[in-house]
Amino acid sequence: MTNLSVATRPDARSAPAAAGPPHARDVFLPADSRRTASWAGLWRRLHWPLGIYTTPVLLLALWEVLGRVGVLPALYAPVPTDIASTAVQLWNAGVLGPDLAISLQRAGLGLVLGLSVGIVAGVLGGFLRRGEYLFNGLAQILNTIPLLAVLPLMIVWFGIDELTKVLLIAFGAGVPMYLNLFAAIRGVDHRLIEMARATGAGRWRVVGWVLLPGALPGFLVGLRFSLAYSVLGLVAAETVNADQGLGFLVTQAQTYLQTNQVFVGLVIYSILGLLADQIVRILERVLLRWRPSYEAT
Amino acid sequence: MTTDERLREEQTIKAAATNPRQQTGVLVERVVRTFGERTVLDHLDLVIDDEELVVLLGPSGCGKSTLLRLLAGLDRPDGGRIEVPAKRAIVFQGDRLLPWQRVLRNVTLGLHGPDADQKARKALADVHLAGRERAWPKQLSGGEAQRVALARALVAEPELILLDEPFAALDAITRVRMHDLVRELRRTHHASMLLVTHDVDEAIALADRVVVMSNGRIGNAHPVQLSAADRAASVAREELRMALLADLGLANPH
Repeated sequence: MTNLSVATRPDARSAPAAAGPPHARDVFLPADSRRTASWAGLWRRLHWPLGIYTTPVLLLALWEVLGRVGVLPALYAPVPTDIASTAVQLWNAGVLGPDLAISLQRAGLGLVLGLSVGIVAGVLGGFLRRGEYLFNGLAQILNTIPLLAVLPLMIVWFGIDELTKVLLIAFGAGVPMYLNLFAAIRGVDHRLIEMARATGAGRWRVVGWVLLPGALPGFLVGLRFSLAYSVLGLVAAETVNADQGLGFLVTQAQTYLQTNQVFVGLVIYSILGLLADQIVRILERVLLRWRPSYEAT
Repeated sequence: MTTDERLREEQTIKAAATNPRQQTGVLVERVVRTFGERTVLDHLDLVIDDEELVVLLGPSGCGKSTLLRLLAGLDRPDGGRIEVPAKRAIVFQGDRLLPWQRVLRNVTLGLHGPDADQKARKALADVHLAGRERAWPKQLSGGEAQRVALARALVAEPELILLDEPFAALDAITRVRMHDLVRELRRTHHASMLLVTHDVDEAIALADRVVVMSNGRIGNAHPVQLSAADRAASVAREELRMALLADLGLANPH
């Protein structure tokens, strides 16, 4: 029976198929059938073991090699190992630690201030029309003024003390937080709000269960911008006028042409930026569990 | 008549308009709703009795959903009078579940008090979703999501349930199952229901009374007193179907 059907098929089907162009076909099998499960697991672990750090690490390695060979002069770009040992030296000399602490303190204070103002104004602006009229115009104006352009004015107004630095960082963090939070609250699906009201949820339930969670993705986008701009504000504030802090370290090193110390400062700034991004990523993973996101292969 | 007396008289008239006239069901009197130049509801009258299931049938854009939104209190009429129970629930065409809340929290959205979770679990069991309380809405199939929406409406024990084409987006097999579920729920939950649809078969399957909407008013009304078996297949069913199709202007001349 089986033999018969196999025998008849070539006569009936394959002759016309051979005459025309071959048809492209897809065959799908279980993923495990291509290689054994343990081999697949090992492959996955060895494949891109550094994750998002792949490109930075490769660049550092290339930099190191070019520096050792002598293509990159040490004065322009000291090799990464030299930067690392300089950092250790500075730390042991008791310079880096206090400078880093004071910079982090400034960034922290500025962030707390900026985020508080941004979140309060964003929530009021998002929920109330009066809030929108009060804050939106101002926020749009402030958003178009570059952070660095405000610095001279702030020095004139608030002097060259800590206040100016903290306010500059707060300015950098607050504006993007307000704008993103406002847009996020206004962007919550109105059909869900209508449904919640019709279901008998009171005002506070609608705020707590619908509007705030619905605005969370936009809030996290705002947080990402706020953290990035706060680091930017930190650099700007410290580089122009400071007698301690990371920016002071960099400026001083620049004056004495100690390029390796300049790089130590830059590396620490970039690590701060990277850390901020990682924190937001973790927050996204925890707070947005409900959202099945695209898993790239 | 002094100003005081006139004021008092106006107040009594106003009070008469806001005082309820009946204890149960739905009362719609000469309701008008216009959008710009277009009059969608033109002095429409409708009465729904206690525990009655009325199906409102009509083509897309005839004002069915507008009427339903007025009954739900999501919109106000431009004229006339609407009287509905304060305890009412609405099921929309889309499930409208909060994607960031698990199934159980979606059902307890309108509930307060310590027994909210227990009530929600019972409502989910009623729609055959016991054990799915911890699921996220995105993990549900279309039929399951719509059943959660149904549980969310049932959980507060409403006196009126408004259903706005609730099964229109579901596949044919799931829709038939949902019809069975609605019939089953009517035995345990006692509420008036208004179901808006453009599906003649759905109307025949579920209705105590089918009303057809045309030109912004309720046209013909067809009481349906058929057994479940007769609703599925019978001469009476076919006659009703032909009559409904004729009302909708889809009559076959043969």
